[in-house]
Amino acid sequence: MASIWEYANPRKFMTTSEVVLPWTVGIAAIATIGGLIWGFFFTPDDFRQGATVKIIYLHVPTAVMAINAWLMMLVASLIWLIRRHHVSALAAKAAAPVGAFFTAIALFTGAVWGQPIWGTWWEWDPRLTSFLILFLFYLGYIAMWEAVENPDTAADLTTILCIVGSVFAIISRYALDFWNQGLHQDRFALFDGESDVSPVFAWPLVTCLTGFGFLFVALVLYRTRTEIRARRLHALLAQERLS
Amino acid sequence: MPDLGPYTFEVLLAYGGALGMLFVLLALSIWRSRRTQRRLTEVEERRGRL
Repeated sequence: MASIWEYANPRKFMTTSEVVLPWTVGIAAIATIGGLIWGFFFTPDDFRQGATVKIIYLHVPTAVMAINAWLMMLVASLIWLIRRHHVSALAAKAAAPVGAFFTAIALFTGAVWGQPIWGTWWEWDPRLTSFLILFLFYLGYIAMWEAVENPDTAADLTTILCIVGSVFAIISRYALDFWNQGLHQDRFALFDGESDVSPVFAWPLVTCLTGFGFLFVALVLYRTRTEIRARRLHALLAQERLS
Repeated sequence: MPDLGPYTFEVLLAYGGALGMLFVLLALSIWRSRRTQRRLTEVEERRGRL
């Protein structure tokens, strides 16, 4: 069996991702579009929240993936830091805009959902505040990659930023456990028998979670391929300038 | 179109905004990929001619 480190070779990554990417895109498209259509058109209103419950199919998957994206960036950045594999640094760079967009979508849909249900667009509670700070970390991370000219230095500096930002990703996920306050309800488990989420809502939610998960993977693969090409382009242009 | 009752504006706003942002993300990713690939091909062809 091939070692995972083989994929640190850009050529190996490009050939493998070329095969994997169409399947990932297909699963992402079917699950995301199917889950959203299922949730929007074919689920009933909640007896307390009315039709606003349909926002769950966007809000929860994007919020989950926003945090997971940062943790994926952390792992890739640590691989860069320890083993100096360029592909892992480029994968972290490629994931950042995806995570930032997912965070923005989660913040936006959460505000629109919160206004009719909680009576406010925003509350400075631990979970929302740490999630907003995570979004700012995403913007800072992207800006740092753009601002630092040397890519290896940029990868080193963004790794440090990623490690620091992980604190807020973890706080955001476990804020209710840490402080037991805020507008969000306690974490719920799907399909545990005592769950307060009816299967009518849970199945399309699981479909959307799967879809957004695959969408993230597809976008990261696609964008990492772009970053590898961009790195080669810069190397060739640098060679031309020297010759 | 399902009947969204008194929450029509909120639900449509959430879906419209979220899908719009997703579209922007996809469009930006595809645009940057194509631009990079085009420029790389140009440089590689130029070097091949030398």
